[in-house]
Amino acid sequence: MIRTAITLAIFVLSGSAGELAVTHGMKEAGAPNRLRIKELISFLGRAFRTGWFWVGVPLMALSFYLLMVLLSWEPISFVIPASALSYVVGTLGAKYILKEDVNGLRWAGVLLVCVGVAIVAAG
Amino acid sequence: MSHERKLRLKTLLMVFAMMVCATTGDSLLKHGMTEIGPVSLTHGALFEALRMAMTSRTIWLAILFLIGFTLTNMTVLSWADYSYVMPASAIGYVAVTFVGMTLLGETVSPRRWIGVALICIGVVLVGQTKPSTSAVAQAVQ
Repeated sequence: MIRTAITLAIFVLSGSAGELAVTHGMKEAGAPNRLRIKELISFLGRAFRTGWFWVGVPLMALSFYLLMVLLSWEPISFVIPASALSYVVGTLGAKYILKEDVNGLRWAGVLLVCVGVAIVAAG
Repeated sequence: MSHERKLRLKTLLMVFAMMVCATTGDSLLKHGMTEIGPVSLTHGALFEALRMAMTSRTIWLAILFLIGFTLTNMTVLSWADYSYVMPASAIGYVAVTFVGMTLLGETVSPRRWIGVALICIGVVLVGQTKPSTSAVAQAVQ
């Protein structure tokens, strides 16, 4: 039980941390001015050269590996709904680490999505 | 059209592209792996499954769509908030439910409909907020 809880916590934290790191990397790379192929290729070139992108990828890989481990221990009807916690953890990270302005409306939306995804994933 | 409205439209367009890529990629992957059949966890069987997967057109098409998802996700995060894109992309669960029901003839339980409804309301609420609020993104714009 404790083993599952700790692994679940590391799974959610590493996944969210990875995505926050990639998001920070993309902001550093700077948005393409227009959604044209040439500018998108240039943007991806910049994106793959940011350090934060390469911090995020192994964290997301760790999270994926832990998902596999969790699925080997617990039923999918527990693991996937529990992973919906990522919506809340990710939003907390966005607010306090990326300094995004998460107002009440956005929080309400995130919480409804989190509960909705948990219900849908539980099947 | 105001700058904020343009930004919102551009962001929602990219989230829609992400949803299409992820849903199509996952469905093709599921279809491709079903064609291969159940995989036993022995060294030989895993190698054979990998060989069959790498020679399957369906699986390559799925991989292309999933790469498309990754690239659109990276692009939209270059200007939009993570706390906006992440919940908004949950609309994919709604799309999968409708695809399953209409194209694959799956039955959707009342509990799942409740989940779908909560996701829809949640996405609409998040969609009312500004897509980009972080200092880094605004400095870049």
